[in-house]
Amino acid sequence: MIRLEKRPEPSQAWTYVTPLLAVLATMIAGGMLFAILGKDPFVAIRTIFWDPLFNEQFAAFSRPQLLVKAGPLILIAIGLSLGFRAGIWNIGAEGQYIIGALCGAGVALAFYPLEAVFIFPLMILAGALGGWAWAMIPGLLKTQFNTNEILVSLLLVYVAEQLMASMALGLLRNPDGGGFPGSRNLGDYPAASNEELIAGTGMHWGVVAAFIAVIFAYILLNRHRMGYNIRLAGQAPRAARFAGVNATRLVLFCLGLSGALAGLAGLFEVAGPAGQITIDFNVGYGFTAIIVAFLGRLHPVGILFAGLLMALTYIGGELAQFMLGLPAAAIQAFQGMLLFFLLAGDVLTNYRIRIGRAEVA
Amino acid sequence: MNIKTLLAGATLAFGIGAAAHADDPLKVGFVYVGPVGDYGWSYEHNEGRLAVEEAFGDKVETTFVESVPEGADAERVMTQMALSGHDLIFTTSFGYMDSTIAVAEKFPDVKFEHATGYKRADNVSTYSARFYEGRAVIGHIAGKMTESNVVGYIASFPIPEVIRGINSAYLHAKKVNPDVEFRIVWVYTWFDPAKEADAAQALIDQGADILMQHTDSTAPMTIAEEKGILAFGQASDMINFGPNSQLTSIIDNWAPYYVARTQAVMDGTWESADTWDGIEPGMVAFAAMSDKIPADVRAEAEQMIEDIKSGAYHPFTGPLNKQDGSAWLGEGEVADDGTLAGMNFYIEGLAGDIPS
Repeated sequence: MIRLEKRPEPSQAWTYVTPLLAVLATMIAGGMLFAILGKDPFVAIRTIFWDPLFNEQFAAFSRPQLLVKAGPLILIAIGLSLGFRAGIWNIGAEGQYIIGALCGAGVALAFYPLEAVFIFPLMILAGALGGWAWAMIPGLLKTQFNTNEILVSLLLVYVAEQLMASMALGLLRNPDGGGFPGSRNLGDYPAASNEELIAGTGMHWGVVAAFIAVIFAYILLNRHRMGYNIRLAGQAPRAARFAGVNATRLVLFCLGLSGALAGLAGLFEVAGPAGQITIDFNVGYGFTAIIVAFLGRLHPVGILFAGLLMALTYIGGELAQFMLGLPAAAIQAFQGMLLFFLLAGDVLTNYRIRIGRAEVA
Repeated sequence: MNIKTLLAGATLAFGIGAAAHADDPLKVGFVYVGPVGDYGWSYEHNEGRLAVEEAFGDKVETTFVESVPEGADAERVMTQMALSGHDLIFTTSFGYMDSTIAVAEKFPDVKFEHATGYKRADNVSTYSARFYEGRAVIGHIAGKMTESNVVGYIASFPIPEVIRGINSAYLHAKKVNPDVEFRIVWVYTWFDPAKEADAAQALIDQGADILMQHTDSTAPMTIAEEKGILAFGQASDMINFGPNSQLTSIIDNWAPYYVARTQAVMDGTWESADTWDGIEPGMVAFAAMSDKIPADVRAEAEQMIEDIKSGAYHPFTGPLNKQDGSAWLGEGEVADDGTLAGMNFYIEGLAGDIPS
């Protein structure tokens, strides 16, 4: 007879071991899936995890791409993790990401074709403010009217998408684009372009911002009063109230910060790798970042690694598609397994497995 | 060393490698914006890929990546294809335009083919289909067959391609039925079965008894079948989703073009070109006409197809006014490709505004 017994304290050891176990279990289960699809599982796993990093032909290109793909994921996930720790659920980072990009690109296009050093900093400011403002909507509605921030922030994603489509077709449309949707490409506008800082490294300002956010979040959580309040509110809401934690301030701080970071991610993406506002500019970073945040155990350093791992499965997954002919759905299932095994592994963190007869209570 | 020289070096190495193994199969890559199972846009491009495999057998190796988002992801996929030795890459979505140009610049020895765009380079061709020719035919059938005189039109985005289709369908419906009205719902997506189904329902509620769609899922066809009304398929034959509803479907047939372009690369005759083909070369095709279409209407539709093929008839032939009543084409005048490519106005008689 196997039964689960709740641990008095979550196990520290298991917290660190379960992510590794989850990756291992994903490889095994994923390998089986690939084998059923008629592909050599070892080749498939190697293509996904090894080739993007070490393949002679193209690793020199795909390694830096890892940073490009992971940058926005980490930046957004860091913001989300603070709120998640305090029990404040911002599910709408995708919308804040879009609004940040729109505001940033809007500033750039308003100044086009002026070349001036203040444009890029101003875009950064606009991007952060845009994301912040979009997150303030669920924030204020929650603190003033006690609405559910999960629903409001999520639904605002769809509002943001419509707004973006309207911008790509109207206000921000490239006047030289022959009537086609999409803004000017900021890559052709040096003052507004978020280019690689060191060529060939994939390192752009968004990646730098992501690293800074990791350090900042680590310090906030461990060394700052606000970080203490966040952890307290999440672990013991009643105690937090008695300790005088201002719930309203906490909600606005967490939603605002995560919105600003998502907005920044959108701005750096539109000014850099994406280049332009189009009708399909957003590709789901805001939602994937939720997975990254949990995969990283809501810990800044964990999120850093989780973001890189997630990026690896994306890039490796593309390789597996065109090198091995695996369908995209198999790759998505593979990514889903990763989260599934991780959450399943949480059981071991919180519970102990006891073998033997249950004591009569 | 910057990324460009690094990549150029890599291509150089591949160029030499490829020359040394002339017997190696030609590697042809395809980048799809949707899943190959969408039974619409990406599905038909994949059918074209399969036709290339069929035509050349061992002499080609084809690969594809599906559901690739536009922007940085597309650029990465194309770059990795080029780096891994592909000779010819088809990028099959309008939104891949800037990425295709950027990657092509880094790999001068790799040939790129971009669908529906307008930016070209020495190693980048563009190709698109004159779907408005097909829309003229279905517009004619709809005008003849509607009983409520309301045709429902599910439109994706207000871009020239879609506006051209609406104009062409409306013009030919109106010609045979002066009382016909078009109700247009803009869904702002190419592929979203739920939204498309909602739009179809809304149009039926407004009295439409025939549906046309310029989106890629089979959802509107399914709704039409459920509600017992008629509809035209889009991009591929949707007869399995609307056995009683589908009158015909405009099919994107990329196979002849893909085979021809692959052959050109093999022969060393590939050159950058802008192709805009219609019914005549077979890029625009039709699914079997339903028995529900009366014999005379069917004969007229088939005659129109023949006339468009032979060049005897151009769907946009004057006299034709714009929506605001201003003259566009004089008597017997035919629209030029430039105006058609950038079409951003409704023709006279259509109600409502193009959203912007």
